[in-house]
Amino acid sequence: MINIENVSKTYGSTNVLDSVSLIIHPHKTTVLIGPSGCGKSTLMRLIMGIIRPDRGSIYIEDQMLTPNNVFAIRQRMGYVIQDGGLFPHLTAQENISLMAHYLGWNRDRIRDRIFELCKLAKFPPDALNRYPVQISGGQKQRVSLMRALMLDPHILLLDEPLVALDPLIRFELQVDLKEVFQALGKTVVMVTHDIGEAGFFGDEIVLLKSGRIVQKGTLIDLVQTPAEPFVTRFINAQRSPLESINRGKID
Amino acid sequence: MRALLLVLLLVNASEARPATQIKVGSKVFTESVILGEMVAQIARTEGARVEHLRQLGGTRVLWDSLLKGEIDIYPEYTGTITQEILADKYIRDEETLKRALGQKGILMSRSLGFNDTYAIGMKEDFANKLGITKISDLRNHPELKLGFSNEFIDRADGWPGLRKTYNLPQKDVRGLDHDLAYRGLESGSIHVIDLYSTDAEIRYYKLRVLKDDLNYFPEYNAVLLYRGDLKERAPDVLNAILRLEGAISESNMIEMNARVKLDRVPEGVVASDFLRKNLSINTESRGETFITRLIRRTLEHLFLVAVSLAAAILLSIPLGILAYRNERIGRAILGIVGIIQTVPSLALLVFMIPLLGIGSIPAIVALFLYSLLPIVRNTYSGLRDIPSQIRESAEALGLSPGARLRLVELPIASRSILSGIKTSAVINVGTATLGALIGAGGYGQPILTGIRLDNVGLILEGAIPAAILALLVQGLFDLLERVAVPKGLRLKGE
Repeated sequence: MINIENVSKTYGSTNVLDSVSLIIHPHKTTVLIGPSGCGKSTLMRLIMGIIRPDRGSIYIEDQMLTPNNVFAIRQRMGYVIQDGGLFPHLTAQENISLMAHYLGWNRDRIRDRIFELCKLAKFPPDALNRYPVQISGGQKQRVSLMRALMLDPHILLLDEPLVALDPLIRFELQVDLKEVFQALGKTVVMVTHDIGEAGFFGDEIVLLKSGRIVQKGTLIDLVQTPAEPFVTRFINAQRSPLESINRGKID
Repeated sequence: MRALLLVLLLVNASEARPATQIKVGSKVFTESVILGEMVAQIARTEGARVEHLRQLGGTRVLWDSLLKGEIDIYPEYTGTITQEILADKYIRDEETLKRALGQKGILMSRSLGFNDTYAIGMKEDFANKLGITKISDLRNHPELKLGFSNEFIDRADGWPGLRKTYNLPQKDVRGLDHDLAYRGLESGSIHVIDLYSTDAEIRYYKLRVLKDDLNYFPEYNAVLLYRGDLKERAPDVLNAILRLEGAISESNMIEMNARVKLDRVPEGVVASDFLRKNLSINTESRGETFITRLIRRTLEHLFLVAVSLAAAILLSIPLGILAYRNERIGRAILGIVGIIQTVPSLALLVFMIPLLGIGSIPAIVALFLYSLLPIVRNTYSGLRDIPSQIRESAEALGLSPGARLRLVELPIASRSILSGIKTSAVINVGTATLGALIGAGGYGQPILTGIRLDNVGLILEGAIPAAILALLVQGLFDLLERVAVPKGLRLKGE
């Protein structure tokens, strides 16, 4: 469980987050969504401890995040970023196993874990020795996911993991990702700006606007009982591919 | 047993008294190098271990080095001592001069026999035609055109004083470059020039040096200045050296200068010939073959470059990391190394002399300071340019800051850091040629001598190896890049 209590963060004179409180439930997928600059990525970085809140506290599994315990706590969380954030000087395998090596895992344990993850993430093992520049965008995200899962963390954080991919690969990866989430039952937090993707993944959707939480609930809650007109506007702002055809029929 | 002890004692005694070591200095002009070479050769025949630090610098450098004991002896001129070195003291005669030097622990020889002062010269045949032999004769020829070096025109003890003392009437007086003055004299566009009384050109251009009949110019008698301890340390060697007192006439010196500058005979040979002919001292002018000379200079040059560059790498990379980690300290670091880079290299070398003296150490320190900026800046920018996703991913994994630096950030920045080192190395190879100015040797030595003697061959003897070394260094780093930069960074995306 992640507990965010009255967290505020300002950059210069901009209030990026304004007294945000949120409980993220274990074994569920929570999606943070909202327009650009709403504070969703900042919230993610705060949970990782990459930046610190100006006010308020963050608890990861009942432990308050402080500069002292941040390195230990991070090892209980996996992080996938847009574009993968893979280290270009390391092969896919070295990227995945970097942290395990650092922690002194033995070779067999690392190899077994990597093969397990290859199966889970549907990544071809013979591509493990390729460097990031030698693999496609979709494959990079699979490697990034494997790297995040290597230490078998309780929590998985994904910051717009699919945004840079072309639609077909994105579709395929969405399905695979959801399978992984369901198979592992981890606490997942995902940031996206795509309401369709939010509905596909989210057990709970948290809609943010200008550093505040506007509404949280399932996609159905957001559609049927919007907390304010903005919610409806935000949902309707995303065009359905079939929209123009439907309109043609009505005309 | 007793015999054995005696032998041991003898061995010990001979080990306890190694050959006397003498360091000779000379200034950056031909005459000084010839005189220095004579001193060195005589000392060598007396069995001393001699090092001749040729064309070490100007008066200041030689004098300071003598005081510090970095050299033991060098040729100087009385006028220079009174006008420059001891300019703050009132010196009436040779006795007061000797006393003032003695207070600093420095002794002075008697005159070597010639006076190398400012002089006024004309073409021999032209002077003959007008019947001019002394400066006061110029008074009767107001139509003569005078061409003086710019320094001579400006100095109070140059032309202004000369005109006043001799009451000279000439109106057509112009300042011009010394070399052009000789050519003007040849073509007849000027008639009278200033020169040094032992200039090689006096012979070449067939000039007459006019007699200073009112004793206007101060005396610049050539002498040897040496440290007082030399007298106790090596009395025999010193006595041999002092045989030069009164031994060299003005025409001897002009002839020797001309042989070096005009006939391109090495100074050592000219000095050796003179010693054999006039003092019956048989010396060896240490002949070095081209190859041994080249090897020695290459080693000297590599030493300067390698030590200064290694020290710069060891300091610059941590400084670059510090600059990246802390913005405020970073600005200060980049500012300071940037300022160091703007100091002209020649000035930086000269600044080093009062702090560290002469030789390879001050040169290495100066080169070290010059090598900092490219490495610091490339380390800093290589780290700073790492995309934020990669930096955050490393942070999110839970790696400690040190592990992030070692496992992720430095490897990714390695190409930039290496290219900074490469830039420093190539600049360093070039700048190290200036080290010769303060006695550090290397490829700069023949360049310096070549400039002094206007000998392109000698200049190339230093410049070509320096250029080749720079290319080799560059090639070496290109190879190193294949080893040091991780493969994943060298691949191109498909």
